[in-house]
Amino acid sequence: MMKKVLGTIAVASVMAMSLGSSVQQALAKDDLSKVTINGAGASFPYPVYSKWAYKFNQLTGMKLNYQSIGSGGGIAQIKAKTVDFGASDAPLKAEELDQHGLLQFPMIMGGVVPVVNFQAPGLDAAGSLKLSNEVLADIFLGNVTMWNDEKIQALNPSIQLPALEITVVHRADGSGTTWIYTNYLMKVSSEWKDKVGMGKAVSWPVGIGAKGNEGVANYVKRVDGSIGYVEYAYAIQNKLAYVTLRNQAGNFVKPDMEAFQAAAANADWKNAPGYYMVLTNQPGEKSWPITGASFILLYKEQQSKEAVQSMLTFFDWCYNKGQAMAEDLHYVPIPSNVVEMVEQTWSDEIAVDGQSVWPKK
Amino acid sequence: MKLWNSQTSLSGSDLVFRLLSTGCALLVIVVIFGVFVQLAGNSALALQKFGLSFLFSEQWNPVIGKFGAASSIYGTLITTVIAMSIAVPLSLVIALFLAELTHPTVSKVVGTCIELLAAIPSIIYGMWGLFVFAPFMSTYIQPWLQKVFPWVPFFKGPKMGIGILSAGIILAIMVLPFITCVVRDVFKMVPAVVKESGYGMGSTTWEVTHKITIRYGLTSIVGACFLGLGRALGETMAVTFVIGNRHKISASFFDAGNSIASTLANEFAEASEPLYLSALIALGFVLFIVTFLVQIMARSWLKKMQKSFGGGL
Repeated sequence: MMKKVLGTIAVASVMAMSLGSSVQQALAKDDLSKVTINGAGASFPYPVYSKWAYKFNQLTGMKLNYQSIGSGGGIAQIKAKTVDFGASDAPLKAEELDQHGLLQFPMIMGGVVPVVNFQAPGLDAAGSLKLSNEVLADIFLGNVTMWNDEKIQALNPSIQLPALEITVVHRADGSGTTWIYTNYLMKVSSEWKDKVGMGKAVSWPVGIGAKGNEGVANYVKRVDGSIGYVEYAYAIQNKLAYVTLRNQAGNFVKPDMEAFQAAAANADWKNAPGYYMVLTNQPGEKSWPITGASFILLYKEQQSKEAVQSMLTFFDWCYNKGQAMAEDLHYVPIPSNVVEMVEQTWSDEIAVDGQSVWPKK
Repeated sequence: MKLWNSQTSLSGSDLVFRLLSTGCALLVIVVIFGVFVQLAGNSALALQKFGLSFLFSEQWNPVIGKFGAASSIYGTLITTVIAMSIAVPLSLVIALFLAELTHPTVSKVVGTCIELLAAIPSIIYGMWGLFVFAPFMSTYIQPWLQKVFPWVPFFKGPKMGIGILSAGIILAIMVLPFITCVVRDVFKMVPAVVKESGYGMGSTTWEVTHKITIRYGLTSIVGACFLGLGRALGETMAVTFVIGNRHKISASFFDAGNSIASTLANEFAEASEPLYLSALIALGFVLFIVTFLVQIMARSWLKKMQKSFGGGL
């Protein structure tokens, strides 16, 4: 009994510390435990969303169900109004948002990294193979087909590259990761832009397709001489040899938290209507060129004040208290200046019966 | 054509039972018809836009909205052909062993194992295919095939362990229990008198099997094969894992390809454009029609065989 009471006190004090002051104004904590929020969409942020939801449920009792059915599914579900929020790796354009009365904001960021699998003298640790944007595009276009191609050798004088055929591995399913990756390839190669273009699924000039990030990671592990692209977390978890890329500024950068954050920091969110922002090929000395954000979609005009406030309270908690959890899972938290902008947008644009539901700072 | 073959007037529980069973039987037709209408309706957009070229074009480009089903249809048919050409002879031999050649106890144990194979979910076959079978293919089978049959164009290409051939073999393992179980039961149902009269004439086991047992149950055996064929045509997850998912037709069985079912499994969730979605549903429509045609062919073939061979089952 004593233990239980102590536990309750402990939880209450943790809650008081965890939930920001704005939340307390907006919503009594007890109310959260009655609320169930449903969301659906992108699979890329699924691990962090479910971890946040689990932790937040422990703190407040609020239930959040997130179905990772893919970005396209998330957009379709929110348009059909079957869920409270949708999630997508590919942002919607401002016109499309207005057409449906939707609000969009970035929730979390991550990096996409090319990974390779072959043995060569001088190629030891992850990141020792260097590629430029142009050469990477050439590989995925099928213009460069052997690992000992002059173009690759010129970038890697210290590695004795083998006369091994390159096998490209790409996603077979429609995916936000592919959207980010092809967006990047299109920005760095005009040939890619003309021949292939960008999308969640494209007509790949070469290579084999695998389902999901884990599928690509597996195929790359399986096939000698392969190159694929996966989200950063999968490259780390599967211990795949990632590639060092030469970014827009001409520097070779390794994919890590710092490089993703650099890409995000240099982005001009202020002048992005509807937060339509693609973080690929961003300027900056340290920027990793294939960085992307994952977005949340909500209706501006909401039905239930309680539901929307609970939802925003959760997102606010994720922004302010969930960074460490996100970083543990190799995601990049949204910078605080962007969070401030987003919360301002909540106050300005989300309403129930014309009344704002989020307190102004 | 009468719906009921009623000789006597019905009353009470009999009538209720009749109505109920008739209703259930009609429901099947309604469901099939409903599926047909839905598929046809929702694929109209793509079929109108691409016409017959949908069937013959290899291009599958969601970015510019050009869709052709040729590579998927080819992959579906070729993996099914590989699967059937491995599974049918193997099933026959296993079924014969179980029904004719072995001790009943052994038959029971092996038979149960085969039935268990049929109960394994297809995703397990897919994962096993990717993690265990594909590496085995690329290190042992594919190099061996290339060494022994260097002139065969089917066995050229990179040895990845993932591709059309692997998908076909996995499918073969999946349909094998279905065919084996039915064929074993068919063999067991051949009357002992018929076989014994064969042995009485001085025939060997092989002669009795070949000329009497198989002949006697031929129509049912063919029926069992078509059951397996139906499964092979529509199998989704296992194929998706090992086929390599590429929208291209290649002469090599080692190369990656795709099937109708695998394309649907991969791309349906993220197909947000109406034309893209319609093209995917059109793929499903094509599969529906292919399966339907196969069934009709099987029926008419069975009828013809029954006429020319006779046969008891």
